[in-house]
Amino acid sequence: MSLTKAEKAIILSMWGKISTQADAIGTQALERLFASYPQTKTYFPHFDLRPGSAHLRTHGAKVAAALGDAVKSIDNIAGALSKLSEMHAYVLRVDPVNFKLLSHCLLVTVASHFPADFTADAHTAWDKFLSIVSCVLTEKYR
Amino acid sequence: GFLTAEEKGLVNGLWGKVNVDEVGGEALGRLLVVYPWTQRFFESFGDLSSADAIMSNAKVKAHGKKVLNSFSDGLKNIDDLKGAFAKLSELHCDKLHVDPENFRLLGNVLVCVLAHHFGHDFNPQVQAAFQKVVAGVANALAHKYH
Repeated sequence: MSLTKAEKAIILSMWGKISTQADAIGTQALERLFASYPQTKTYFPHFDLRPGSAHLRTHGAKVAAALGDAVKSIDNIAGALSKLSEMHAYVLRVDPVNFKLLSHCLLVTVASHFPADFTADAHTAWDKFLSIVSCVLTEKYR
Repeated sequence: GFLTAEEKGLVNGLWGKVNVDEVGGEALGRLLVVYPWTQRFFESFGDLSSADAIMSNAKVKAHGKKVLNSFSDGLKNIDDLKGAFAKLSELHCDKLHVDPENFRLLGNVLVCVLAHHFGHDFNPQVQAAFQKVVAGVANALAHKYH
């Protein structure tokens, strides 16, 4: 599965707006993840996961930054996220099922923040993009 | 109960503001756009050739309305979803031959549509309550499969 030209254009154009609130978007997606899927908290026993915590904000910013890197290299996401992919495979070892959960929460966060832009085509583009990012992050698992 | 009193409050509070007919068409339309393989169940629906065609398709809207009104009825029986959806479960298995994975997909699309409509009101706690609901409905619809 790969992004069409039109889908890449949608992602780039929406990222322009998203990037001005990237940290908040990343943080809210994580809040949504932990609220809807409490089992995902097992990966963060060392974090204060209460809404508004410094840990959440820092980590949300990291997630958003990585997505930004992927957007900036949208024609070579695997290259852009290579180090992150290795980290997930050898160090973090987050079970692959969780990438779908975080992707869904990122989609919900974007939908709620950008109503005018979140058309059916944009919904498709973002779902595909996050799917590709998830694939890249798990491709070195075994 | 299936939901805490607080979660019931959050769900009913939001659902009361939902235009069920409209949201139904939107959710089903987006399912067919975002996950095009789901179109396999709707070959008789006419033009599904583009996002615009799908979202404005009268049959999609009508069917979406039907589906979401049924979901809405189910919400009234939130503590016995399996009972509420037993007949529909049999229908989806025996007559419609729908893979239950599709119920999970539609549930998540519905959550996206609610987020789209309600913006910041669809906060993490409201979403979490709705995720429980859509998971419960999906499981209830799959329950009679054999």
